[in-house]
Amino acid sequence: MQYVPYLLAGISVGGQYALIAIGYTMVYGILRLINFAHGDIFMAAGLMMIYLANPLTLWLAVPLVILFTAVLGFAVERAAYKPLRDAPRMSVMISAIGVSYLVQNVALYVTGGLAKTYPSLPWISDTITILGATTKRVTVITPVLTVVLIVGLVILIKKTKIGMAMRAVSRDFETSRLMGIKINTVISVTFLIGSLLAAVGSLLYFANYTAIVPTSGAMPGLKAFVAAVFGGIGSIPGAVIGAFLIGLSENIIKSGGSSWTTFSDAFTFVLLIIILAVKPTGLFGEKQTDKV
Amino acid sequence: MTKRQKIISVILLALVYAAVFVMEQVIPAQAMLFTVLKKGAIYALVAVSMNLLNGFTGLFSLGQAGFMLIGAYVYGIFTIPTEMRTSVYQYFDGGVIQFTVPVLLAIVLAGVAAAIAAALIGFPALRLKSDYLAIATLGFAEILRAIFQWDKLGPVTNGSNLLRKFPTFNDFNITNADGDVVIYLSTLVPFLIVGVCIFLIVLLINSSYGRVFRAIRDDERAAEAMGVNLFAHKEISFVVSSFFAGIGGALLAMYQMTIQASAFKSAMTYEILLIVVIGGIGSVTGSCIGSFLFIAASEWWLRGLDSGTFLGITAPTIFRSGFRKVVFAVIIMVIVLFYRKGLMGDKEFSVARIAGRFRRLFRRRAPAEKGATK
Amino acid sequence: MSENVLRIENLTMRFGGVTAVDALSLDVNRGEIVALIGPNGAGKTTAFNCITGVYEQTDGKIRFLGKDIKRGTTPDKITKLGIARTFQNIRLFKSMTVFENVLVAKHMRTKQNVFSATLRFNRNEEKRVRRETEELLDKQGLLHLKDEVASNLPYGLQRHLEIARALATDPQIILLDEPAAGMNPQETQELAGFIQQIRDEYKLTVFIIEHHMDLIMQISDRIYVLDFGALIASGSPAEVQSNQRVIDAYLGVVEDA
Repeated sequence: MQYVPYLLAGISVGGQYALIAIGYTMVYGILRLINFAHGDIFMAAGLMMIYLANPLTLWLAVPLVILFTAVLGFAVERAAYKPLRDAPRMSVMISAIGVSYLVQNVALYVTGGLAKTYPSLPWISDTITILGATTKRVTVITPVLTVVLIVGLVILIKKTKIGMAMRAVSRDFETSRLMGIKINTVISVTFLIGSLLAAVGSLLYFANYTAIVPTSGAMPGLKAFVAAVFGGIGSIPGAVIGAFLIGLSENIIKSGGSSWTTFSDAFTFVLLIIILAVKPTGLFGEKQTDKV
Repeated sequence: MTKRQKIISVILLALVYAAVFVMEQVIPAQAMLFTVLKKGAIYALVAVSMNLLNGFTGLFSLGQAGFMLIGAYVYGIFTIPTEMRTSVYQYFDGGVIQFTVPVLLAIVLAGVAAAIAAALIGFPALRLKSDYLAIATLGFAEILRAIFQWDKLGPVTNGSNLLRKFPTFNDFNITNADGDVVIYLSTLVPFLIVGVCIFLIVLLINSSYGRVFRAIRDDERAAEAMGVNLFAHKEISFVVSSFFAGIGGALLAMYQMTIQASAFKSAMTYEILLIVVIGGIGSVTGSCIGSFLFIAASEWWLRGLDSGTFLGITAPTIFRSGFRKVVFAVIIMVIVLFYRKGLMGDKEFSVARIAGRFRRLFRRRAPAEKGATK
Repeated sequence: MSENVLRIENLTMRFGGVTAVDALSLDVNRGEIVALIGPNGAGKTTAFNCITGVYEQTDGKIRFLGKDIKRGTTPDKITKLGIARTFQNIRLFKSMTVFENVLVAKHMRTKQNVFSATLRFNRNEEKRVRRETEELLDKQGLLHLKDEVASNLPYGLQRHLEIARALATDPQIILLDEPAAGMNPQETQELAGFIQQIRDEYKLTVFIIEHHMDLIMQISDRIYVLDFGALIASGSPAEVQSNQRVIDAYLGVVEDA
């Protein structure tokens, strides 16, 4: 059973990607914006944990990290995307890239360019043995927690008023606006939820790593975005399935030996190109015909 | 442009080149000025090539770093002197390639290799909607980075190890028998290469093809209804842009003296994009001016922000390593949010415009003076 | 009987469960002005989009000058064959000048590739295209606006430029999608004369979608009426005007209880 650790790691990483991917897919669904800064907000959550875990007890630090990350996501939207609501799409994407650049550089400044050691979280980081494979407890917690959070999110979107507004806005932005839906509230809530999930994902993801650098968020962020595209951007179940698929496949590639590890990152993008070439709308995406 | 304006423009350009040549002979080669001039010129070329895609064709592509990587590697692989190869490729028995090509040919090959890669990538990627194109090209750049670091390709790419000992800008200097430099050309030659490349891009933009690119940017459907084969023209723009990005990569390798795949990250693409935005999306001269400003600010003018003292203010706790980049990023966000047109908008810096501005200035002032004398 | 230019047989276009065009068949012959009318949402523009390759029809055949246009032929190839069009909501190249807008239409018929164009190997080709464009603009009375940016033109002139641009593709047939939309009665009257004039001058065939009935009745040789995607009547303006089904379609008919 030499593959068990890789499969476990795959499922775990997949869950973490899923939590980030939801932020991408929801924002894209509503604003048609690739939020290039989302991965950096995820990284920022990791850094906050490092700086808060030391002076505070862990049980206070965790909710604060989640709260601050959500606020950060909200603030980024208000400061950098809202002023460009009626600007061409390219401008907003450039603004997202600018935010990504800013967050990374602030992180570089704050950390002084040194890799920061991630605190070892008690219980979560404990070592356990499953099916003969030794792993951290986080590996098992992640998929469970992911599923619980996503079920909660789906209920929120299906059953609540704000959820209905979100669905309406992602269907037709302009009409929803005319119908009196408070567009800015909906968008803010979307960013709050997306960043909150990214913060949870960050706690789980970095528990497997010893240290964080300012660019730590870029790669998981990109992969989560690919997961969202793969599943059909705008679709939450699609993003989750895409994320697990990417998590699993990159770990299966890693099991092939050290010379293949280089390709575990690249494979994600091969997957992206394949899905875009074969079915550009993703697994669960809806076909759109443009008006002429 | 009238004939006279054309002549004035040519003279101005010649003066710039002459100034570069003279400065190079009289100012010590280590001066920060030359760092800015060399790197600024390279980034100007890459920014203009990106502008061709993003600004003139309306394709939001983020693959620039990937094509520069190809260019840098192709240049390095074909120019490292054969006698140096055993030490450079020390883990790969000196590598498989045991010949070199002349420097200028290698630079062209660098562009060609990047162009071929772009042509292949274009097939799946250019059929996508614009924002998917951004992520697909970003993804391709990542794949390229992984491939070039793969140890199975080590005999060609040196795996994750540095490529070095290939000819650099300093090899353009003319030396005497003792090895002392007689004439400095290490800034002028890259300036000339970049100048020729940008001139070619400008010619393309002003040709029938350039018009079609702008038509595609303005309205794809209408362009198609005018008989424009969308895919073919997007592919041309993409391939040409990548060709010059590849040349830019080769020049960057010469400037940095070493090549490592891990340096060509998406952050590099982002910086180039931000240069384009600062200069103005759709303005060639804007990209050039933006590039020199960007490099001068980040490498030179704002350096004090990193080392304790800036504008006479000493505050080591704030002005420490990395602060420069924070300030810089804030400036960029301000431009992105409040000065979306950048320096030039989609206009070009030209003699005619400057002349027109002066004329207007004087016309406005003349009656005012009259009023004052009354 | 004059030569057939455009023949549509059983054209059907479905979007999901909605049938936008339902087994439409029609003919357009050389030199005719043929109109396609019908209430909003009847599928007129969809039919145009199928003919010009923007949509791939679900079923049916489109023949141009006796030859089948294969399904999936892209819009640019169809334009090259000689089918030009304008759009319901004007689609000019907004940031480009009037002159450049027309030049783009000439691009596909120039004999140069990207190298010869960039390196100016064939200056005569560019000169020829520019001369032809100036001639066209002159004939259309737009030459004095040559260097004006398209988006700065008043609405009526934008419409005019769009038609001029379509003419520059050297078409056999021109498809006009609501050219009189947003025009006042006088402008509409001028447009009527203009359409007849270009038909005669360029030996064109005109296929037009329009809501202004005065215009249609005045210039059309034949009219096809579409309702809910299906053809409900066709014939001369007089015949169509007196057709009960057409009147019902436009006025809405009250079902008997």
